[in-house]
Amino acid sequence: MTDATQPSEKLPASSWMRDLARRAQENWRLIVIAIPFVWLLFFFLAPFFIVAKISLAELAIASPPFTRMMEWSNNGIVTIRIVFDNFAYIIDDPLYFDTYLNSIKISASATLLCLLLGYPIAYAIVRSGPVAKPIFLFLIILPFWTSFLLRVYAWMGLLADQGTINNLLIGLGLIDEPIRMLYTEFAVYVGIVYTYMPFMILPLYANMERLDGSLNEAAADLGARQTTTFFRITLPLTKPGIIAGSLLVFIPATGEYVVPDLLGGGNVQMIGRVLFNEFSRNSDWPVASAVAIMLLFFLVVPMMIFQYFQGKSSEVR
Amino acid sequence: MTQTRSRFLTVMLTLGLAFFYIPILLLVIYSFNNSKLVPVWGGWSTRWYQELFQSEEVWEAVLLSLQIAVVNATFATLLGTLAGLAMVRFGGFRGRTLFGGMLVAPLVMPEVITGLSLLVFFISLSELIGWPSQRGFTTITIAHITFSMAFVAVTVQARLTGMGQTLEEAAADLGAKPFKVLTAITIPRLTPALISGWLLAFTLSLDDLVIASFVTGPGSTTLPILIFSRIRLGLRPDINAMATIMIIAISICVAIAAILIFRQQQAELRDQQMAFKEEG
Repeated sequence: MTDATQPSEKLPASSWMRDLARRAQENWRLIVIAIPFVWLLFFFLAPFFIVAKISLAELAIASPPFTRMMEWSNNGIVTIRIVFDNFAYIIDDPLYFDTYLNSIKISASATLLCLLLGYPIAYAIVRSGPVAKPIFLFLIILPFWTSFLLRVYAWMGLLADQGTINNLLIGLGLIDEPIRMLYTEFAVYVGIVYTYMPFMILPLYANMERLDGSLNEAAADLGARQTTTFFRITLPLTKPGIIAGSLLVFIPATGEYVVPDLLGGGNVQMIGRVLFNEFSRNSDWPVASAVAIMLLFFLVVPMMIFQYFQGKSSEVR
Repeated sequence: MTQTRSRFLTVMLTLGLAFFYIPILLLVIYSFNNSKLVPVWGGWSTRWYQELFQSEEVWEAVLLSLQIAVVNATFATLLGTLAGLAMVRFGGFRGRTLFGGMLVAPLVMPEVITGLSLLVFFISLSELIGWPSQRGFTTITIAHITFSMAFVAVTVQARLTGMGQTLEEAAADLGAKPFKVLTAITIPRLTPALISGWLLAFTLSLDDLVIASFVTGPGSTTLPILIFSRIRLGLRPDINAMATIMIIAISICVAIAAILIFRQQQAELRDQQMAFKEEG
């Protein structure tokens, strides 16, 4: 794979440059693949191995943030004990275990909420007229382009004790005391559903757009009721969209940091926040690395399913 | 599908759009609030905008974020386009599964994992070869390119599969060499995807808090890092003002891009119809 970029050494400079240009012309396919491939190997894949190494307290890496481990470096046997320590610490401590479970629970429930709300929205757009359709689609995509952080911030203003919703309810005389919404699990759900919804709607829309409407008509002609048609025809045919959308929400939301931090405060424990704090406040990098490896372990199966469906969709079309 | 929407679907769509836009609308309205307490209305004012423009800290962060976003978008578009071409047009090659996996994974990878892994990677690398000697602009940009090229690649792949290969095959039949076909036919027809890919990479970079927080160094405060450090302590009217400016700027950019792409598609459609007519 590298021979395209390695000039022949014997030739003088101007000549090898011409040679290189000629070879580039001949091997351009190889170059097209090699440039992004090498980039990803270097900056995407290699870093994971280093995280794995640090989580196992491999002492070949010795830089200032690992000073705590440096104290052990004189004795090889002790080093091996640290290997187990990081993971044993996470597995033994119920805080971590509960946090993993809680993250998966919140993320899975939020994914389901996104699906239940997003599915009819996507379906409504597909069934809109030729003029309205691109406008609705644009309106759904636009929030996806505007800042994630600021969209979460918008909900801080809505959900706060002195926030818009409480002010409105008190103003209407419906409640006397503000309802506590910010810094609760409810706020985290709202935040995740709000920010991840476009990731659910877009794959669903893309899937539904390709459906053959004549199947629905045939079912209607044969006397099937609308609900029957939906559950027997539309729903099964949109399974790829449902899977893609759900995974696009579930996987990143499980490791979400911003939403639980800003909307959940200290009251909602999610693993992304624990990892971030372990790294930034406690500077405990080996534990942070072990937390990351464990999170990857939980997410690797959904990721593989996602890749399988992504690969399939690009081949089919 | 040409069937009409049922009433239930119309209601869901309306509620959905209200859910999307009411929080943003309120954010914008409260940016013009004279009161220091965000949810308490104290009359219209533009004082928070003035305060924002006078803050040197804000300007520095904006400038750094814009620089990173432009460099990132350019490199990500380049790498993402090459990756998309390789995946769609080159058939099978050795390592395609691994390549495809590495290209898809960043789309869903939790940001805390990407951020942490790149940080420890940069630190190990600087131990090993002395580069990068400090963290900041370069490390953030590299991190951003790595995840945003995946989004560009997806955009390019969708366009490549969507536009089919007939024109390329025709050019090849007429004797054009593969490289010529690529530069004369494929790349120009990819333009809409390249524009949206570039813009997507640009906004992704401008938006990233978590990964940048991991790989940044002292003195390099990007705009999201600055915003986050401020809103963590509660609501702030100047952040509402900043949000309003960002939302308006991004909406205009996205609208222009959408119109450009829509027009090119229309023109392409017209050309095709003309070509068919001439044939007939």
